[in-house]
Amino acid sequence: MPKAKGMIEVNQERCKGCGLCISVCPTKAIEFSDAFNSKGYHPAEAKYMDKCIACSFCYYICPDVCITVYREIESA
Amino acid sequence: MAMQIIQKKPESLTEKEFTYCPGCTHGIAHRLVAEVLDELGVREKTITVGPVGCSVFAYQFFNTDATVAAHGRAPAVATGIKRARPDLCVFTYQGDGDLAAIGTAEIIHAANRGEKITTIFINNAIYGMTGGQMAPTTLLGMKTTTTPYGRNANNDGYPIHVSEMVKETKGVAFLARVKINTPQDVQKARKAIKKAFLAQLKGLGFGMVEVLSTCPTNWGLDPASALKWLDEHMVPEYPLGVFVDKVGEEQ
Repeated sequence: MPKAKGMIEVNQERCKGCGLCISVCPTKAIEFSDAFNSKGYHPAEAKYMDKCIACSFCYYICPDVCITVYREIESA
Repeated sequence: MAMQIIQKKPESLTEKEFTYCPGCTHGIAHRLVAEVLDELGVREKTITVGPVGCSVFAYQFFNTDATVAAHGRAPAVATGIKRARPDLCVFTYQGDGDLAAIGTAEIIHAANRGEKITTIFINNAIYGMTGGQMAPTTLLGMKTTTTPYGRNANNDGYPIHVSEMVKETKGVAFLARVKINTPQDVQKARKAIKKAFLAQLKGLGFGMVEVLSTCPTNWGLDPASALKWLDEHMVPEYPLGVFVDKVGEEQ
């Protein structure tokens, strides 16, 4: 069965770098960014988006509502 | 191939960034409430009653009309609002220092009167805002700044079970205890919160959801370990479940 293809966007300024999304991602598609945001945190970064399956786990657990989840749809 | 948004920040939350510590599950509870308000389409006629505690700024985060009550008195203020304007949807968002300590009388009597309001009760077993003192809900043996050797039943009494007390009152239409430490549990919590709002909107009575939550900063754990700690220590003391459900199946 083909996997669903997905993509996430993390709001880098809003993220506080708690790492909960990284801890729940089943395909390890998210990692901490090397960059800092203006609050001084290393925000989570959507690094390996080819692995994303649009499960939305990161969205469910994110305490700061930083994540937007996209899923690829078949266009007719 | 086109990309379609399947999850994004709900409309019932403002653009304001949460003032909570990194990894604090208050934010998840906020989002769940906002999603339910969006889904039920009641955002425009909702009044949030904020508590005193970490979530005292709830009025900045929810894109609804809002007020803040004196410490523990949110159910009393919500009662007044709901009785003056029965057409509105009124909910209180309270922590355990607010609801379980100074506000015990208000919550029990609001529930017993069957006030048609909804209460979201965040239980993280500690006082967060004031710096990690013992709360009534603190577990036995748990170290806090005021119980440095662990909570001792002889000296400090036992953890209070608010849901079990509220359960015995006759006015409750929906009451559940949920946790929000895994994506699956977050989805279950969302269903419970929706039912607690439906209890009010259908005029059945008082609705309350106790949400087992984490406080990584004052527990002295990193956010991911705090989620595990909740499962290992809090769930055995505070069993999950639906205690009262007069709402029935969702349509």
